[in-house]
Amino acid sequence: MPAPRPQRDIAVVAFAQTDHLRTSDELSEVEMLMPVLHEVLDRTGLRTSDIGFTCSGSTDYLAGRAFSFTMALDGVGAWPPISESHVEMDGAWALYEAWTKLLTGEADTALVYAYGKSSPGSVRDVLTRQLDPYYVAPLWPDSIALAALQAQVLIDAGDTDEPALAAVAARSRASAAGNSHAQLRGSVPRGDYAVRPLRTGDCPPIGDGAAAVILAAGERARDLCKRPAWIRGIDHRIEAHGLGVRDLTDSPSARLAAERAGVFERPVDTAELHAPFSSQEVVLRKALRLDDSVDINPSGGPLAANPIMAAGLIRIGEAAARIHRGDSNRALAHATSGPCLQQNLVAVLEGDPR
Amino acid sequence: MSKEPVAVVGIGQTKHVAARKDVSIAGLVREAAQRALADAELTWADIDAVVIGKAPDFFEGVMMPELYLADALGAVGKPMLRVHTAGSVGGSTALVASNLVAGRVHGTVLTLAYEKQSESNAMWGLSLPIPFQQPLLAGAGGFFAPHVRAYMRRTGAPDGVGSLVAYKDRRNALKNPYAHLHEHDITLEKVQASPMLWDPIRYSETCPSSDGACAMVLTDRAGAARSPHPPAWMHGGAMRSEPTLFAGKDFVSPQAGKDCAADVYRQAGIADPRRDIDAVEMYVPFSWYEPMWLENLGFAAEGEGWKLTESGVTELDGDLPVNMSGGVLSTNPIGASGMIRFAEAALQVRGQAGEHQIDGARRVLGHAYGGGSQFFSMWLVGATPPTS
Repeated sequence: MPAPRPQRDIAVVAFAQTDHLRTSDELSEVEMLMPVLHEVLDRTGLRTSDIGFTCSGSTDYLAGRAFSFTMALDGVGAWPPISESHVEMDGAWALYEAWTKLLTGEADTALVYAYGKSSPGSVRDVLTRQLDPYYVAPLWPDSIALAALQAQVLIDAGDTDEPALAAVAARSRASAAGNSHAQLRGSVPRGDYAVRPLRTGDCPPIGDGAAAVILAAGERARDLCKRPAWIRGIDHRIEAHGLGVRDLTDSPSARLAAERAGVFERPVDTAELHAPFSSQEVVLRKALRLDDSVDINPSGGPLAANPIMAAGLIRIGEAAARIHRGDSNRALAHATSGPCLQQNLVAVLEGDPR
Repeated sequence: MSKEPVAVVGIGQTKHVAARKDVSIAGLVREAAQRALADAELTWADIDAVVIGKAPDFFEGVMMPELYLADALGAVGKPMLRVHTAGSVGGSTALVASNLVAGRVHGTVLTLAYEKQSESNAMWGLSLPIPFQQPLLAGAGGFFAPHVRAYMRRTGAPDGVGSLVAYKDRRNALKNPYAHLHEHDITLEKVQASPMLWDPIRYSETCPSSDGACAMVLTDRAGAARSPHPPAWMHGGAMRSEPTLFAGKDFVSPQAGKDCAADVYRQAGIADPRRDIDAVEMYVPFSWYEPMWLENLGFAAEGEGWKLTESGVTELDGDLPVNMSGGVLSTNPIGASGMIRFAEAALQVRGQAGEHQIDGARRVLGHAYGGGSQFFSMWLVGATPPTS
């Protein structure tokens, strides 16, 4: 059963992102984020003081320090004081919080941003700290090993094979040729096995990056953007943490979120999927019922650039930007969190008929 | 456009202690959640979404713990959001949950905040060295003491006011079965004789490190109609943030705190907070913050807050009781402390605060702040539904 239509029309009216890089040693998080904030505000002509609500997504574990988001907030220029919040999650969930705030009518515009620098540490090790702290994390199973487990389950079930996975990666990086922000573009070798059956080519690049989006409600959206990307529905769902109690070939949480967001009511022409591993696109295509008529990850997706904590927000931003440009009329955007697609967010974006 | 009214129909806390060695983090949060559900006479199936908050992940060493806690909080198949806004997070988390109801996204939402400080060491969790940035002076007391000193200079408050607050809050805690510190032999002399930690803040004027969780069930008008116990109604709620360090910052009375309170009062139709609000659960981790926040929140003119404290107005039997539960000075599971303020405010207007109940509490303010006094979240709850 789809959720009732939201009582207020809310749209993505602007999107900006950094060039995603393997390392950004010379930049602090604030310095990385500032140009993106300026760019997204410039696109609408808004200033910080015009924004009704601000929300960000990031994680202290990448920064290696507590309260890392406070420095980024200083970059926003929160003076006079602003109405502001933060989720320790991908920025896609910050956008969800901002969307609910606009639904209450307490604000008409929102600035959403997210950032992550993976380069200072070993992201494979860092992500093990997300796991059950008593029984699983002490074993340090890393993110690629867990994704490989899921890929092998898919292969064993006959849902895919290694050449098909390689084709997903090749298609993504070929698409990324048109995306100047992407980190990996064009012909990227399949590479050696990282953890069987996944080769390095099946894995996302490790990189640093930031992104920002502006939301606006009703007529305000039309004032700020020629063709707003209206959020027709947005929902997110989580699954159990233990991999042993989940069917790794399926994503019931993504399917339920899509159903509640209204994805299945009419076909979409574009899907931006946050599938960091080639094998995860196989799972999501099935759960979200995406056939070959849908343009999947025209930006190149997370296999071309995967700045942790921003990559999900970028999917929404890329889908919205295609609507802004007139390249899409109805797009699906997806974000994920946790090992093997544990938590999934799905949004449906539409442009006004032309 | 109109918002859906938001009601608190279930409240649950754990008994806060220094170390809950008998439960995991999951066991701790589930205990509070189950008590909130029992209070609302609801089951896990009645909950549409879960909103969880806590202070930095380094405090327990678990990155994005909502992933691991999804099962324990009955969130499988549901939306689950994780809020983090420093020390104000417990309040912010409740406000994010309230938006889901007010925006008519969900009918009934479980919100929860926790900290299990015994799993790690919060002081060092806050003190990880970062190149090219000033160290945080090993813990929060060193950061806040100079601002307390500035308050004393600015207002001429006598040295003993901080001890009065601590003595009052620790006595109030004796009436709250969930409070961490139950100092049955507390005297004013003992507070005054406790060691000086960060001058002018004494040992007994600081908060403890606690393990604990607090949960609330928030629901819409239809949900409130089914509530077995009187609900607390939300009349206003707001968050405000300002930069951490900048030339114009007033650390004694930050503008973000004033703006946040003004927004809440506007929503709730409060013209004169001193007259219109019956009691306050205020975030006071160091005793001197009671007089400081009395001014920041508009209960006293600038420079006059300490006089309210000194004259006994903020005592349990005063005419503006503050921290009836014993406050953060008696119980501090950091990430949960803000939500405990919000929940205790709701308990008061529901008439369910037991021995620390204020007779006739109709409108009560819950207050939280965080970081270097740059994040604020507050709500005002009432015994009757909002009229507008």
